[in-house]
Parts: sequence; structure tokens; C-alpha cells
Amino acid sequence: MAGVTTEPQQVDLREPAGWRRTKNRLATWLMVLSFVLVIVPLGFVLVTVIAKGASSINWSFLTGGPIPAVVAPAGVGGLGPAVLGTIEITAVATIMAVPLGVLAAIYLSEYGGRNWLAAFIGFLADVMTGVPSIIMGLFIFTIWVLHFGLSGFAGSLALGCLMLPIVIRSSYEILRLVPNSLREGSYALGATKSRVTMTVVLPAAIGGIVSGVLLAVARAAGETAPLLFCIGAAETANANVFSGANTALPLQIFSNANQPYVGAAERGWGAALTLIAICFILMIAARLVTARFARYSH
Amino acid sequence: MENPEQNTLAGLEAIPESATRQNVALPEPAAIAEGERAAQPAAGTGVPIFEVNGTSIYYGSFRAVTNVSLTIYEHQITAFIGPSGCGKTTVLRTLNRMNDLVVGARVEGEVSYRGENLYAKDVSPIAVRRRIGMVFQKPNPFPKSIYDNVAYGPRINGIRNKSELNEIVERSLRQAALWDEVKNRLGNSGLGLSGGQAQRLCIARTLAVEPDVVLMDEPASALDPIATGAIEDLMKEIKDKYTIVIVTHNMQQATRVSDRTAFFSVLVNPESDTRTGTLVEYAPTERLFGDPQDDRTKAYVTGRMG
Repeated sequence: MAGVTTEPQQVDLREPAGWRRTKNRLATWLMVLSFVLVIVPLGFVLVTVIAKGASSINWSFLTGGPIPAVVAPAGVGGLGPAVLGTIEITAVATIMAVPLGVLAAIYLSEYGGRNWLAAFIGFLADVMTGVPSIIMGLFIFTIWVLHFGLSGFAGSLALGCLMLPIVIRSSYEILRLVPNSLREGSYALGATKSRVTMTVVLPAAIGGIVSGVLLAVARAAGETAPLLFCIGAAETANANVFSGANTALPLQIFSNANQPYVGAAERGWGAALTLIAICFILMIAARLVTARFARYSH
Repeated sequence: MENPEQNTLAGLEAIPESATRQNVALPEPAAIAEGERAAQPAAGTGVPIFEVNGTSIYYGSFRAVTNVSLTIYEHQITAFIGPSGCGKTTVLRTLNRMNDLVVGARVEGEVSYRGENLYAKDVSPIAVRRRIGMVFQKPNPFPKSIYDNVAYGPRINGIRNKSELNEIVERSLRQAALWDEVKNRLGNSGLGLSGGQAQRLCIARTLAVEPDVVLMDEPASALDPIATGAIEDLMKEIKDKYTIVIVTHNMQQATRVSDRTAFFSVLVNPESDTRTGTLVEYAPTERLFGDPQDDRTKAYVTGRMG
């Protein structure tokens, strides 16, 4: 064997042609295609709403009032009451649903274990996710509005019921993703379970929890059906969320967009753009806040 | 060979248990440890910290470890070696009740720490873990700053004073030989450190609560030889303050750092096809490697098995 010289071996490092390469390229193109298919309608919606709604947006449209009759031409009055109503109703719903939902998720993930109660609550949350929003509205109508009358708060209750299962499910999934090694590291220092949860698990999961909460808030802010029965139709701003009829942007879109009048159509588009802008601003604000919490996680 | 009791006894018989048991009753164990250490070489006996007696550990119906008995002494480094699946990590996690966190884990037999039964009804695992710290196989720094990682333990123990915390953080990082590398970036994330640095950060985090015992579960298995050397030097440096129990796959590491070594092995029951870990031999490190009494130890330490 020794001393035998051989020709340097030729190696071909190019990607071999054939079925494997075809499959690989096919998969890549399929993914690009899916991405385009998803982005086109999204972009279309956004572009249309901006194109048709931007012209009606101005300061008095956003803050002024009262809400004009549908026959009124564009430029009369403003949707200020609806902007205020959307913000206060969604805010109260968030204040009720988010702490409850996150705490429920913590219970399910950290404390429940294989407990039957945890399994039951998890099951209920899953079922609640599938309940149509109009049913939530009817539910609140029967148990609240019939006794206490129309109010922004009734709308908040309906929206809160809608948000709760989304918050529970998304927070739970994120909490399960926190590696067990972090929990063990904390336990090994003599931490109690609540300490471990509050100082290690929650901070590690906060970014994902906020994402889930935002989804729930955005979903609630855009809901029309549950509000139909609950908040009535106010034409002037009602800062008191707990009594009296109120109004919200989705309701204004609903009542203006099905009218044949030019002014109503323009107000409908304007209200749609305002709603998208509110959700967008909220999203950016929440991202900035969580970036501070999560600054050590990468 | 199939009877675990005989095997564990073979390893234990050499230890003068009667002499060590008496020390437990004496009022000042720390003072005695000083005296004992002065009088005896490293491999000698001292104050017993842990006494494990006829202990079996179960996960559900699976018996992970069968009938282990051994005594771990103060200010010594005790190494657990053995092939995979022999239960050394399980035994280690029993010593600070980490196995409580595993659903279905159960301990039979006696495990005592400084004469107190660790599994007595009124013993709080929280209190146990405050005295008996643990360093894990995979570095697990918290997603917090380096400073907050080290200050975590003292903070949960109620220390709020800023200057006191600064002092503890610096001292712990110095003990873990990490201070010089991180002193200018204590505010950076603990996740940005390299593997070896992260493991030393976890050691510093454990030392910051000034535990009595440090349990280490293969602390160097994911590290390069230089980082491993740093951690081994560190263990030797801190052992006059702490008692250390280390699980290792690396026999050279056991010979380099430990005073006593316990060799665990797997018992296979061919009839039911079940496996369980058992203690084969426990002796001063030099003797276990130089003059092993059991054939399986001999085979393992000379490299013919595992």
C-alpha cells in the first residue's frame, strides 16, 4: 500500500439534479406563493381603507360631535363620541379580562398540574373561544342590560367575555414554553412557588403574553355584534362608561356603510381607518413597553 | 451479583461508621470538622452531612434507584460516577428534594441531613434548598442582568440593602472566578455569556445564598477543557467553606477533584426486563480507583466497561 500514488480524486460539489432538487425548489416556491396569497388581500384591505378613508380624517372628525344623521353630507359633525366610546369600552374590558385571563393561565400552567379543576377550566376556556360573539352580546343583554339598562359597561362585559378565553389560551401556551430549567434554577435557590412564578416565569414569558393580549384587544375593539344589544346608540359623547347609552367605532361603520348616501359612505371609511389606526398605535405602544421588560431575554 | 444489598455493603464496610455516627450528637459540628480535618488527610472521615440509608427512589412505578446507602462528609468533595441510567443524578436530586418537582417521584428509606430526616412531614423543601444549593448540567442563567442573576437568591431571602447586595454579588462572582470578566458589564443580560461563563454565573448564583452544601450535576459536561479546569479549580478552592457533591461522567474529573467517590451501576433484571440503579462501591477516591474491591468497579475504572 505504501508509496502508491493515486490521481487526485475529482469531487463534484454542485447540487445534484433530480427529484430531490425539484422537491426542494417546489417547497420554496409553494412557501413564496402562500406568502403572496396572504399578503395580497391584507395589503388590499389596508390600501383601500387608507385611500377611501384618509380624505375624511381631520381633527374635528376624530374629536368633534355630535354624530351626524346618516343623510348628512360629509364634513358635518364628527365621530368623536364613537372614538371616545371605543377607547373607554375596550379599556374597561381589558382591565377586567387581562388580569383574570393571565392569572387563570398561570393557574393552569404552574399550579394546576394534573388537577381535574385545571383540566375543567382549560376545557371551558377552549369551548368559550368558539362561542360566536353575538351570543356573548345576548348573554350580557339577558343578565345585565335587562336589569341595569344600556351602558358602555355592558359592552365592556360582553367584550371581556370574548377576550378572556383568547387571553387564557395564548398566555397558557407561552407559559408552557418557559424552559423548566429556569424554574428549577429558582427552586434550587430556595424560592417559593409564587416567587418562581412572579420573578422568573412571568418575566420570561411577558413578551409572548403581551402579544396574545394585543390580539385579544384588537379583536375586541373591532367587534360589532356584542355591542349592538348592550350599549345602545348615543349621538353625543358619554364619558361615563357605567351609565347611559354609548357608541363605538364598529357601530358607526355598521350604521354608515349600509346607507346609500355619499356622506355616510365617507364617514364609514373614515371610521374604519380610525379603528385600524387605534389598534396600530396600541400595538406599537405595547411593543415599546414590553421591550423594556424583555430586554434581557436575548 | 444480582443482589444489590450485598454490593452496596461491600463498598460501605470499609467506612468506620460507628465513629462518624457519634459526631452527629455533638453540639458543635463545625468546630469538630476543623479538628478532624487537621488530624486527617483529605480522604479521611469528618462530620457526616448526609446519611443515606437503604434508600430506593421511584418515578411512578419505575424504581430508578434501589437500596442506596452512603455517608457524605463535611468539607469534602464527593463524586458520583457510573454509566448512564445508573441513578446518580436521581440520588443527587434527592439530597435537596429537587425530585419533589417531578410528578410521581417517591423516596423510600432514610435520607438525613445533619441528623435531620429530609423527608420528615414537617420539613419544608424551600428551607432545605436554601441550605443545599444545586448547579445543573446545562447552564440556566435567568433572563435577567448578570447582577440580578447573582442577587436573585439574596433578594428572595429578604436582602434589600443595595450596598450589601453589591458586596454579595462581587464576592460571589470572585469566588466563581468570573468577576474580572464581567465586572464592567454587570448590567448586561446573563444570556449573553459563553457556555463556561454562564455555568460560572450559575455557580456564583448558588454561592450567593451561602449554602451549606453545593450539589453539582455534571457541571462541566457541556464545557471545553479550559472552562472545565476553571470550574475544577474553583471547586477545590471553595471546599473548605462548602461541602460539594458532584455527579460526573468524567472519571479523570472524579480523580482530580474528589475526596471520596461512589460508583453506581445499572442492575438489569432479565426476567421482567427492568433496570434500576444501585450503588456498587463507595470509598476514598484513591482507593476506589487504585484498589477497587468490586469487579464491576474494576471494569469501569480501568475502562473495560461504560
